Amino acid sequence: MRRRLAPYLLILPGGLWLAILFVLPMVVMLSFSLMQGDVVNGFQLIWHWQNYTDSLSAYDDQLIRSLVYGLLATAACVLLAYPAAYWIAFRGGGRKSTYLFLMLLPFFVSFVLRTFSWKFLLADDGIVLGPLKDAGLLPQDFHVLATGFAVVAGLTYNYLPFMVLPIYVALERVDPRLLEAAQDLYAGRAQAFLRVVLPLSVPGVFAGVLMTFVPVSADYVNATVLGGTNNTMIGNVIQNLYLVNNDYPQAAALSFALMAILLIGIFAYARALGTEDVLEVAAR
Amino acid sequence: MNEINPELLRGMTRSRRDALRLFGLAGAGLGLAACGVKGQKAAPAKQSDVQKYWNGKTKHGHVNFANWPLYMDKGRTPLKQFTKETGISVTYREVIQDDPSWFGKIQPQLQANQSIGYDLMVITNGVSFTKLTELGYLVPLDHSKMPNFAKNAGAAYKNESFDPGNVYSVPYQTGITGIAYDPAKTGREITSLADLWDPKFKGKVGMFSDVQEIGNFGMMAVGVNPEQSTADDWKKAGAKLQEQKDQGIVRKYFDQDYIDALSRGDIWLSMAYSGDIFQQNLSEGSNLKFVIPEEGGTIWTDNLTIPKTAENPVDALTLLDYFYRPDVAAQLAEIVSYVTPVPGAKDVLAAEAAKATGSRKKTLQTLADSPLIFPSDADYARLRHYRKMTTAEEQQYNGVFQKITAG
Repeated sequence: MRRRLAPYLLILPGGLWLAILFVLPMVVMLSFSLMQGDVVNGFQLIWHWQNYTDSLSAYDDQLIRSLVYGLLATAACVLLAYPAAYWIAFRGGGRKSTYLFLMLLPFFVSFVLRTFSWKFLLADDGIVLGPLKDAGLLPQDFHVLATGFAVVAGLTYNYLPFMVLPIYVALERVDPRLLEAAQDLYAGRAQAFLRVVLPLSVPGVFAGVLMTFVPVSADYVNATVLGGTNNTMIGNVIQNLYLVNNDYPQAAALSFALMAILLIGIFAYARALGTEDVLEVAAR
Repeated sequence: MNEINPELLRGMTRSRRDALRLFGLAGAGLGLAACGVKGQKAAPAKQSDVQKYWNGKTKHGHVNFANWPLYMDKGRTPLKQFTKETGISVTYREVIQDDPSWFGKIQPQLQANQSIGYDLMVITNGVSFTKLTELGYLVPLDHSKMPNFAKNAGAAYKNESFDPGNVYSVPYQTGITGIAYDPAKTGREITSLADLWDPKFKGKVGMFSDVQEIGNFGMMAVGVNPEQSTADDWKKAGAKLQEQKDQGIVRKYFDQDYIDALSRGDIWLSMAYSGDIFQQNLSEGSNLKFVIPEEGGTIWTDNLTIPKTAENPVDALTLLDYFYRPDVAAQLAEIVSYVTPVPGAKDVLAAEAAKATGSRKKTLQTLADSPLIFPSDADYARLRHYRKMTTAEEQQYNGVFQKITAG
């Protein structure tokens, strides 16, 4: 008897946690997405599916922009993270943990503060652009802030460690003897990398992409701090709908639409990469 | 990847069953939420409500005060003096960035009848203020405990259209929304709203993200008085603002952070609150200028209000009334440089200027003579008021202007 109960008892705390703090709020939000009304007069559940079509047609620009920024930032993360992870894993030697710690060091500073510090760094007359403008290398009205580039760069910077760590873990596991074997079989350095190391590190890249693309697409801090009039992301819209307009139904509808789009995208991506089971790879 | 762990596969089937169970739970949740969420529209407060609320309330010796940034000096001088005189300590936080966000933050707690952690908060007249009163979230003030207000408040501030008879609120400060600019960057005097549309300042103009503020400026730019505007006027104003955005003239739609952007040089001219600019010049030594545009500026009132779940309402009311002593009002005017609701502060400032020497004398005299702290009748004539809106009108209004500020 006790033996049969044990697994259930073990899952109870976590299960309850999920049920109360994740499932229930999601259900409430789902029902909100089908309501109509306002804060003063109350909301009625009338299966108002129009919330979905209305919010998607009103904010399609921001939605597409978020996905594009998400893809660009994720791609930039892969390009920057792979060489760094590779170097730490194969050339790090005895200092591997120091390098990893350095990689994580920015996390000891608050997310918002890190982003704000970029604002000072990249200000129109700031320490980077100011001297360049004075030297006549840049036109006076040149600016980096308030552009899509600034937002994507900020996103890349803030989420880079999430990409480095899983790739590093995957590369660290590659047995160096495999490389020696490849060389014994007359593979050049490039061949060995392309046919041995790269395929073995794909699960790491996959997990890294999952861990960056989803939060990056829904991020709203970077667009707020570094963006301008045409860089608003869907996260900003949702935040605005919830907290400024108190339009809970539209906000909920938009959140669920975003979630659905991200899930579909991820499963399609998993298919394309040939991994049958998304969760399995993510768990590695 | 190729060899799939059989344990895991088994796990997957089990989790699929669990997923079905989750859907069952979800169904139950839907049932719970099915009845919708009730509105809490409240009837306007009557005299009996005032007594009912204040009966039996006592002084606790502490008050929590929520205010906007740059709305008091760093040393919190008036509050320290208040504590010295009354024995009531004050926790002061500048947590309010804009009204709708603040409303969004406190609304769930007020709805659940929980304390929001503050006993006194400053709310601008506008849609959020209207919502707070309509929902019965504000305490009706007990005027028998507010002798300073009765004696010293200016007549105009005792009968404001958004809260006639000061049932729920008294003004903390009044201010003007106009244009601030850095003359060194613009290279010329800025005098009119049209300057905000000048392609010469492409990418260097700041506008406000607050829909009421930006909507008002759009309307004034097309020659409409916001207080009497119609839905058609909003569309016209929206088109004018869209044009400004499409031409790349606007750098960003700002909250409170326009001041930093202005002093860093990211923007050269911007919609601005009068007092912010004076304070910035005073504290940072910057050389920004503020003007009320020819076409008009807006005047708004920031109000001291007590939320219905306040834990220390008596202490809050004492502090609220304290701000209406002419000497305190003069002190505050000197600090924040906004329009004070206490006309008597002018005499106090002039008297102090007469006593003072050196640079302080000059500062005080400037303040006492400043048309932006004690506006002239001609200035008042150029200033426009916010339009009062119903919730339905507000949704329509938001639809027009948020499309612009939402990028």
